[in-house]
Parts: sequence; structure tokens; C-alpha cells
Amino acid sequence: MHSFGYRANALLTFSVTALAFICAIASFSDKFSNQNPSAEIQILNINRLKKQSYGNDEVSLTLDISADLQSLFTWNTKQVFAFVAAEYESPMNSLNQVSLWDVIIPDKEHAKFRIQTSNKYRFIDQGHNLRGKEFNLTLHWHVMPKTGKMLADKIVMPGYSLPDAYK
Amino acid sequence: MIVTSSLIIWKALICVTGSESPVVVVLSESMEPGFQRGDILFLHMSKDPIRAGEIVVFNIDGRDIPIVHRVIKVHERKNTGEVDVLTKGDNNPGDDRLLYAKGQVWLHRHHIMGRSVGFLPYVGWVTIIMTEKPIIKYILIGALGLLVISSRD
Repeated sequence: MHSFGYRANALLTFSVTALAFICAIASFSDKFSNQNPSAEIQILNINRLKKQSYGNDEVSLTLDISADLQSLFTWNTKQVFAFVAAEYESPMNSLNQVSLWDVIIPDKEHAKFRIQTSNKYRFIDQGHNLRGKEFNLTLHWHVMPKTGKMLADKIVMPGYSLPDAYK
Repeated sequence: MIVTSSLIIWKALICVTGSESPVVVVLSESMEPGFQRGDILFLHMSKDPIRAGEIVVFNIDGRDIPIVHRVIKVHERKNTGEVDVLTKGDNNPGDDRLLYAKGQVWLHRHHIMGRSVGFLPYVGWVTIIMTEKPIIKYILIGALGLLVISSRD
């Protein structure tokens, strides 16, 4: 009952339980932080809107993205993953979400930024529905903690549209 | 004590999260710096639709190791509600089409085992070490066996 093995076992179980408890509390503390991120996206230019050789539409565009995500960082935050997605509806699909650009923000200093970039990932439709299409640009962010529960949210910016003809 | 309590927690997690494999160990560096080799992820599978940005764990037909990556494209059908999904590891230069089965262009719901909702760092190293160096597993089991035999009452 008081052998070394038994005591070592009890100590190990207790320390693992205590550690898990501390991690849970660390994660819970994130609930109390005040978060008010902001963002603005402008389309600088639609570079190309074309039909690929096997039928799908593809768009290439240049975006101006500015955002302030500093309030998302707490002491328990490891990084914030942010990405911009174009969201639209088409005759066959109730929802299409296409990620155009993303970034890994490692700390608070990098969380306020402005960048002009062309789309990192190809904006390809399933079909040829993009002429004249209206779509939302949504900035999503994913807060990845040092330990515990991950949090994701977004800002939806509606009202963007594509040209009526291929160019 | 630690073995039985781990087993209870494991079974409870399976019930609570509704997933067959509620905890996975991160094996590659494709999601760094967010997830590193040896972290464990808690999964949850709900009937909610799959949306861009979610970190999902999926199986490719013919491969037994699940992959943990982020969804970057979603196309959801109006009539059936079925969904075409494309994934990519945060730290990878390109999307996962190279990883999918031959001829496969999209993932579908039945490939996806769960969404990652939380994580614990470093804890998964135990599993990685035991898988990659099985000798350690034997040593551990041997030591546990000795402990059981040698302890009185």
C-alpha cells in the first residue's frame, strides 16, 4: 500500500489531472477577453475573368485588405489564422466559399496590417456562373490557443460584384 | 489508477463528441506553427454544414492515417445538400489535391471524421514514441508488469 510503485503511480495521476485542470482554466480565461476586431476590403482591380478550357469560370483579382485583429490576442493565444473568402450562390450550389488569401499572425504586433495582393488561391467556379456575379468578401479568423478551445468568427462584407463579360 | 481513469475519459469522450476517434495526434508539420508534431487535437462531429476555415480530420480511401488540415473551398449543392470540399495544410505551399486518391478532386462529407475544436500541446508524444520505437512500448509494458508482480497486496 505504501510501496514506491504505488506512490509513484498516485503522484503521476495527480499531476496529470492537475495539469489538465490548469489547461482547462487557461482556456476558460479566454472567455473574459473583450474582442472587437475590424476589417475593410477593397477590390483594386479585376485582372482576368475567363472561361477555362474545360468549362469553369476563373477570376483573378487584386485586393486591398486592411484589418485590426489586435484585440483577439490574449495571453493564451498562440497564433491567429486569418483568411479572406469569396462567398456566393450559383444555380446549382446553395453556397460556394472560395478562400482567396490567408495569413498566419503570430503575435499582436503583426495583427494590425494593410496589404495589397492578388489572390493567393485560384478563384474557380463549378460551372460558368461568374459573369455579373455579386458576392460577399468575408474575413474569417481562427484563434488558436496555446492550450484549449479554438475560437473562430468572421466579418461579412457584402456588395462586391464581377464584370458582366469575360475579359 | 492512471490506466483506468484514462480509459474512462476516453470512452466518455467518444460518447460526448459523437466521433469514433475523438482524439488524434498531430503527426506532421503541415499545420505549423499552429499545430506541431506531438500535439493532440480534440474532435467533434456535428451535423452542421462544413464551412471554409474549419480544421477537419479526414481519411483518404486506401490510406489509414487521418490527415488534419483546413478547409479552403466549399461548394454545397442546393438539391442534395452534399458538399465538395478542398483542404490545405496551413504550412503547405499547395492544396491537398496531391494527397487525395487518384482522380479525386474534392472531399465529401463521408471522408471527414470530425472537426478540431480544441487542443493540448506535447501530450501526443507518448503515442508517437510508442509507434515509432516499439521497443519502448515493450519496455513500458515490461516495467508495468514487474510493478504489478512486485507490489505487495
